[in-house]
Amino acid sequence: MALSASVVAGLQHLLGPAGVVLTREGRLTYESDMLTLYKGMPDAVVLPTSTEEVQAVVRICREARVPVVPRGSGTGLIGGATAPQGGVMVSMTRMTRILELDLANRCATVQPGLINLWLTNAVRDRGWFFAPDPSSQMVSSIGGNVATNAGGPHCLKYGITTNHVLGLEMVIGTGEVVSVGGKAADRPGYDLTGTMVGNEGTFGLVTAITVRLLHLPEAVKTALASFASLVEASEAVSAIIAAGIIPAALEMLDDAMIGAVNAAVGKVYPDGAGAVLLIELDGPRAEVEAQAERVAAICRERQALMVTVARDETERALLWKGRKEAAGAVGRITAAYLLQDAVVPRSKLPQIMREMVAISKRHRLLFANVFHAGDGNLHPLICYDDRKPGELERAQQANEELLHACIALGGSVSGEHGIGMDKAKNLPLQYAEADLNFMFRLRRVFDPDGLMNPAKLLPSHPACGEGFRPARPTLPAGTWV
Amino acid sequence: MATGTDRLAAPATLDDIRSCVHCGICLPACPTYRALGEEMDSPRGRIYLMRAVAEGRLDVTETYTHHLDLCLGCRACETACPAGVPFGSLLETARAEIERGGRRPLRRRLLEAFIFGVFPHPHRLAIVLGLLRRYRRWGLQALVRRSGLLRRIPPLAAMDALLHDIPRTDGAPPEFLAARGRALGRVALLTGCVQRHLFADVNHDTMRLLALAGWDVVAPREQGCCGALELHGGRLDAFRARARALAATLPSDVDWIVTNAAGCGSALRDYGHWVDEDATRRVAARSRDVTELLVEADLPLGSLPLTVTYHDPCHLAHGQRVRTAPRALLGRIPDLAVVPLADSDLCCGSAGVYNVLEPEMADRLLALKIARIVETGARTVVTGNPGCLMQIARGARARGLDLELVHPVTLLARAMRWEDR
Ligand SMILES: Cc1cc2nc3c(=O)[nH]c(=O)nc-3n(C[C@H](O)[C@H](O)[C@H](O)COP(=O)(O)OP(=O)(O)OC[C@H]3O[C@@H](n4cnc5c(N)ncnc54)[C@H](O)[C@@H]3O)c2cc1C
Ligand code: SF4
Ligand code: SF4
Repeated sequence: MALSASVVAGLQHLLGPAGVVLTREGRLTYESDMLTLYKGMPDAVVLPTSTEEVQAVVRICREARVPVVPRGSGTGLIGGATAPQGGVMVSMTRMTRILELDLANRCATVQPGLINLWLTNAVRDRGWFFAPDPSSQMVSSIGGNVATNAGGPHCLKYGITTNHVLGLEMVIGTGEVVSVGGKAADRPGYDLTGTMVGNEGTFGLVTAITVRLLHLPEAVKTALASFASLVEASEAVSAIIAAGIIPAALEMLDDAMIGAVNAAVGKVYPDGAGAVLLIELDGPRAEVEAQAERVAAICRERQALMVTVARDETERALLWKGRKEAAGAVGRITAAYLLQDAVVPRSKLPQIMREMVAISKRHRLLFANVFHAGDGNLHPLICYDDRKPGELERAQQANEELLHACIALGGSVSGEHGIGMDKAKNLPLQYAEADLNFMFRLRRVFDPDGLMNPAKLLPSHPACGEGFRPARPTLPAGTWV
Repeated sequence: MATGTDRLAAPATLDDIRSCVHCGICLPACPTYRALGEEMDSPRGRIYLMRAVAEGRLDVTETYTHHLDLCLGCRACETACPAGVPFGSLLETARAEIERGGRRPLRRRLLEAFIFGVFPHPHRLAIVLGLLRRYRRWGLQALVRRSGLLRRIPPLAAMDALLHDIPRTDGAPPEFLAARGRALGRVALLTGCVQRHLFADVNHDTMRLLALAGWDVVAPREQGCCGALELHGGRLDAFRARARALAATLPSDVDWIVTNAAGCGSALRDYGHWVDEDATRRVAARSRDVTELLVEADLPLGSLPLTVTYHDPCHLAHGQRVRTAPRALLGRIPDLAVVPLADSDLCCGSAGVYNVLEPEMADRLLALKIARIVETGARTVVTGNPGCLMQIARGARARGLDLELVHPVTLLARAMRWEDR
């Protein structure tokens, strides 16, 4: 559906020619987030610079009944920042300012397009940091982090994005600008900030975020332990947590991933290991030292092949570089993959690992694993060759089987990446009809016309009678909802 | 990475394109993305467009060409990319395809005809530079400036502004300089086209320092252009001819082929990729930046009380992965303070002839670079590429800043206690 001339004229008048992308070539590059399996080309992409401009865009679109799709850095893994029904994509990449640094009140207010790591870079010298650290933090936007309620390696100890958002400004589907929460610790009334975090653009567009900043810890120690297989490594994870230690991060990589990372950043992890654990401890120096020894002892008890501790900041940075670039490094072993984001209770980790190995064998597919083991959040990259007939289908089948196995163990369909187009169909596995209906009604409060990032997050065909029914999405061949 | 081809759809090239997993990790490293925030002017977007062309979803249109032309070829995205996507050579293949299709605006085509007709030909370049010098001396420059011609033809403005640096030393370095003391071996110096005519002193100093470091240095007089500009412009046939010719001219018995212009060095290292022959592969394998050899030597350096900052030329940091050697050398000069430069490896906008072809974007990036330099408080900027030296100098001049731009070799030569050896 092409945009009407008056909508185009309105957008161009508002943002100038440089603020509106209309060429097919330009729009094509916005058709997918990282998960290119889902494609949906917007009819226009706009690049506003202020809340007022965002609001005006939403008003123009609402008037003409045109879908609005927010987009941050496009690193999402769920087909979230894509326009399956066309419409106007609102790119936040020109809203990257830090609006206020208020260190006395331990917080900062930023525009949504600001890159996560850039905030920490701006305050690190003064001893502060922004805790949510998705592995994409060097590129993903804080607005995108808020919209997906992103997690990250250090969320094991520090909590996920929602725990660090104090207040939000949003342009909701009605075209109103609403502010919720704020710097004060306790605000009267509903906790709307919590409601809005994780909305994936289905309520509207986040235009400013007040986030909590934390003091850098006094000491940090990062250890690397290698194991013969994922199962032993998982047992070590369960044992560390059971011992009452809460590491700042506890990350696992399997042999396929170790190979890819070593090819990407040099030999940082030991070759030949079936799995490695990256364990980071932080806090007061004495406590960190003591915990490091206990963690090393636990790993050895669990048959670790080797345990080493980074000696300085350079070694530590290298260990992390490998982890943070893992999802990109997988390009060295496969051209296409599916990425599962399911969660199991931590204690079930060894069990699900055995299950995963079985599923991978059954479908004759390579699974490369890199994940936040500490909170039971799995991230197998299910590798397939999209040029071989039938492989995608096999990969999708394996993906679903794994997801069902996780749910059967009491888990959840998504740990941190969100729902988007990819997992909407899976939500009924986890939520009852009444729960879903309630979410539909809530969405309608913010977005009465169903124009805000349609076809995402909630299943499009609720089994129930009174659910909100967005227009039928036009899905590319090969995808299924 | 497979041997370079001229078609995006060639299986080996398509495999390289498909190794991009669309993660976006390269975005913040890309100067044009930083300036515009647009996906189609980012590495990921450009690869996506190339893929669409390779897979037949998109034709080579004028808009497509525009987005690829706006790319600096700085290869910062390659450094950032964990999947190892060889962006530089993909871009060159894409440009070769554009060259064949010919979808550029007339003005750009004329400019390119001029550039490729002059720059890679040392003799023609010498003639043009001679004319330009006279143009300045006879006051024509002032006349042209007043006429308002510059404002209407931005590339002319860029060329004009660069001319301030023309009256640098000219003249060829000696063809041979013997090692001082016992020779470690023999190296050949690539004298470069622009380097030879505008920064001849850098070539002299390079030879003197290498000799002091223990190398016999030859600088064959008849050597031609390395073809870097043609490679980056997608004129692959012309580039291959130059690569073969240069490989045949350079002596085959040297230990290293030394470059002191980052753009040339980076092109040499790609010789084997584009021309899979013994001689070209040998040049590629033996090519080294001058700082890589000097950093191994024990040079008698004297005090140089100066505060400087270091800018990474893209084709040194990203194209050749040389980052530590120049910094280490500067660090050895007594009393020299080196202040770190934020975003030191973000392109200054020079990028070969980019500042002439895409002056607007080049100016935006130059403004960013100058702002970062001013933050350091240093009055001297060190960088090992003639393009960067001229571009940053031009930016400083336009803003009335008192900045000195020097090649690392120049600074080392200045600090040297020559008589001590
Ligand atoms: C290498 C790599 C590693 C990753 N690691 C992690 C990880 O450890 N943890 C994790 O949680 N995720 C991870 N991700 C996924 C992704 O980075 C996160 O989901 C991130 O939060 C997305 O941010 P973005 O700016 O790229 O958003 P986008 O992908 O552009 O958008 C994501 C969703 O948010 C919406 N949105 C974006 N901005 C706004 C806004 N201002 N207002 C309203 N809605 C908006 C979009 O419509 C879309 O639905 C990783 C991705 C990659 C490529
Ligand atoms: S080029 Fe590399 S870093 Fe950039 S999107 Fe592709 S895989 Fe990721
Ligand atoms: S070569 Fe430079 S300008 Fe071109 S896409 Fe890569 S980083 Fe961007």
